[in-house]
Amino acid sequence: MTQSVVVQVGQCGNQVGCRFWDLALREHAHVNKRGLYDEALSSFFRNVDLRKSDGGDCCVGGRIQHLKARAVLIDMEEGVVNGILQGPLREVFDSTQLLTDVSGSGNNWAVGHLTYGSAYREAIVNKLRKAAEHCDCLQCFFLIHSMGGGTGSGLGTRVLSLLEEEFPDVCRIVTAMYPSAEDDVITSPYNSVLAMRELTEHADCVLPVENQSLVDIVNKISVMSHGAKPGSALRKDSTVTSGQGSLSPTEKPFDAMNNIVANLLLNITSSARFEGSLNMDLNEIAMNLVPFPRLHYLVPSLTPLYTLADVNIPTRRLDQMFSDAFSKDHQLIRADPKRSLYLACALMVRGNVQVSDLRRNIERLRPSLPFVSWNQEGWKTGLCSVPPVGHSHSLLALANNTCVKPTFMELRDRFTKLYRKKAHLHHYLDVDGMEQSIFSESLSSLSALIDEYHQLDATKARLIPDAQRLSIAR
Amino acid sequence: MSVVTVQLGQCGNQVGQELFDVISSDAQDGQRKTYSSVSRERFFRQTSQGGKKMRYNKNKAPRGFYYDCCYVGKVLKYFFFFLRVPDFEARAVLVDMEPKVINHSMNRAAKSGRWRYAEASHFSQKQGSGNNWANGFRVLGPRHRDAVEELVRREVEHCDVLAGFIPMMSVAGGTGSGVGTFVTQCLRDVYPSSFVLNHLTWPYGTGEVIVQNYNSVLTLAHLYQLSDALLVHENDAVHRICSQQLNLKQISFGDLNRVIAHQLAGVLQPALTPDSCGAYSGNPLGELVSALACHPEYKLLSACSIPQMASASIAFSTFSWPALLKHLRQMLIANTKMEEGIDWQVRPPPASAGRTSSLTAGGFNASLANLLILRGKDVYSAETGGFEDPAIYTSWLPPAEALSLWKSPVPFDKYEKSATLVSNSQALLRPLDDMVRKAWNMFASR
Repeated sequence: MTQSVVVQVGQCGNQVGCRFWDLALREHAHVNKRGLYDEALSSFFRNVDLRKSDGGDCCVGGRIQHLKARAVLIDMEEGVVNGILQGPLREVFDSTQLLTDVSGSGNNWAVGHLTYGSAYREAIVNKLRKAAEHCDCLQCFFLIHSMGGGTGSGLGTRVLSLLEEEFPDVCRIVTAMYPSAEDDVITSPYNSVLAMRELTEHADCVLPVENQSLVDIVNKISVMSHGAKPGSALRKDSTVTSGQGSLSPTEKPFDAMNNIVANLLLNITSSARFEGSLNMDLNEIAMNLVPFPRLHYLVPSLTPLYTLADVNIPTRRLDQMFSDAFSKDHQLIRADPKRSLYLACALMVRGNVQVSDLRRNIERLRPSLPFVSWNQEGWKTGLCSVPPVGHSHSLLALANNTCVKPTFMELRDRFTKLYRKKAHLHHYLDVDGMEQSIFSESLSSLSALIDEYHQLDATKARLIPDAQRLSIAR
Repeated sequence: MSVVTVQLGQCGNQVGQELFDVISSDAQDGQRKTYSSVSRERFFRQTSQGGKKMRYNKNKAPRGFYYDCCYVGKVLKYFFFFLRVPDFEARAVLVDMEPKVINHSMNRAAKSGRWRYAEASHFSQKQGSGNNWANGFRVLGPRHRDAVEELVRREVEHCDVLAGFIPMMSVAGGTGSGVGTFVTQCLRDVYPSSFVLNHLTWPYGTGEVIVQNYNSVLTLAHLYQLSDALLVHENDAVHRICSQQLNLKQISFGDLNRVIAHQLAGVLQPALTPDSCGAYSGNPLGELVSALACHPEYKLLSACSIPQMASASIAFSTFSWPALLKHLRQMLIANTKMEEGIDWQVRPPPASAGRTSSLTAGGFNASLANLLILRGKDVYSAETGGFEDPAIYTSWLPPAEALSLWKSPVPFDKYEKSATLVSNSQALLRPLDDMVRKAWNMFASR
């Protein structure tokens, strides 16, 4: 069984990460009834016996003594991390996993990436190395950060390139929170575009998530739960909808949105942790979904978001789940994948779903989804037998789809609006090591990426004939 | 003669476990003793040394024991009475790059109570191959070559006489296809005079893995040089059998694997062959390969069996050889794998039509060679003339050579009469063509 390390950077990254650890503990508590430290738990947690003098890790198979998360928490101001350490999750982290500073990055990518990046380089590498050494077989780094701020985008992307340097064999999956148009940080377009270049070059896969989509989804859930119809009460124990049953008694403002992202991470790793009839490991995600190295932006969508408390009708609910995964209301960025071109699609199903249900739904949905000519039947499927808490089954769809192009184009437009006027530029250029050329290079990297997606889009309507090859003699 | 199976990857391990399950239950159901013992010798080894320990049950032991045991029982808190029950361990080597599936298969086998996998005959790593054939073939295979060869060698040493190897794998993933190809190559190198019959599972046409076509094409190209014959099951065809023939509403991979295991066991269980002179054949793989793979360029074999029905319906059905064989022949010619929806219009082209070797001349499926295995009551009176018709074969092999017939008077897997047909025919051409076309299109893009 392999292990993964979660690196959470910045305020957003740490808040999402906090929800993730909470939900991970809940999920394992739900599944692991006997209190044994099994392989599934070891993928995210270490079992530590504090009485041992070397602070030693216990191996798989014994009773759970003390669980420590395989995580590194980085933030350039102390508020969020201190909040975590005073909250109920304090037992799960120890001080060697944290890196904080006092003053923050001031929403400035350059400060995060260059100033703090160089100042804390050694410390960050040491903490990562320690976390990696505790792992038997490290498979993947999960990096969580936002694109709009200073620490998350600047220092986060610096950490990403450090990971590539120090651990080239380990997969890097990045969950990046993209700002919406009405973001309250004025310089977020600068930060995002500068960070995008790093993501395109150094990440293996990126799961973009947009705040606006999360807000819409949360609103939809609360409309449902406040009784649109009588008798449609929602089940309260689902990990997606509520933090109920979680460690903290009150829900904080962004918790509902962060829950959704945390569920995304849980579901991606579910097939690697738990058994199923068709396993899908983390290295298979990049292998199957990334046809060309730079086009590694995978649009996630998660269903179901809530279950009704009454007894559900199995087959109809199941088919509805599959249809929902492709509707634009369930995507975690604002995009409509059905209108754009699919390069590849992965379906990760959890719970009591059999291969016949999967086949039936793929055949049903396939005609309405435009796939690229050289990957007409390009589906990657995984079946995991363990359902998430509060649901009987769930589906995570990861699509490599050209619908990210409009998102990126909008980002580029907001960037150019500011850049044309050189607004706020001096804050960046004042930082040691920052030059104007970095801005123009990032812009051209983003434009090149948009162009590549555009090329593929152009093939959408055209009928491509089969390539010439030797054929069977007739 | 014993057969050693090598189960590779998730699919290989899951199908292999079902296969041994079917074989062990078939060999146990009050069958005739010779049949059972040949079957057991072929697939299992008996270990009466490490017998199971059973809890003492005073109702089952004879009285004398009870008296003695009661006395001892007064002293000890628990009392275990050692019973030596013969344990059947499968002649199998389990290989996978991650541990979950092997653990699952071994647990399921042990739970059946009739057989189990040997404790030490599995090999796994922590991290899978990532659906990458190159990773399996060039990196993981060579890295773990010694360990796997050691396991195979130990298993072979337990065999009195080795009949051959059956590597079982899928062609879509990374471990089964990549590591499986490498292991087949090693088997060829180390045991050059043994027969190697690969059992392959082809994925659904509508996709299980996006790079499945690359993995399949690379695997088949290499295996064609290395293996003696390739026996193929396609997920699509087996799925149709489950849904239309067995009428299962919700089909799981377990159901698919059971159908595959049933067909494979129908081929591999003991039978009387023309060469075996009145006893059960001691060389099943060799005779199968020599019957079917008559030309080194034609190695793809497919199987179909009749009848196939839900186990609940078997008791209410009657079987007759003429009906079964007539359906089976039409299934062969029309290239379907089930009795439902056979196209009776398809006929072999008339002899005067000349050599119009079109891919689908009226949907007719020409055969190179066929192996017909009949099991059950009244086998000796079954009329197999329909399979000797020259029109269904190619012209360069006389039909008397092209058809081989094996029989076994013992009913198989609860069916009073059953027939399995392994054929070297055009049946796999269409799926193969599709696979190559998709792989080429993906490769030729940009």
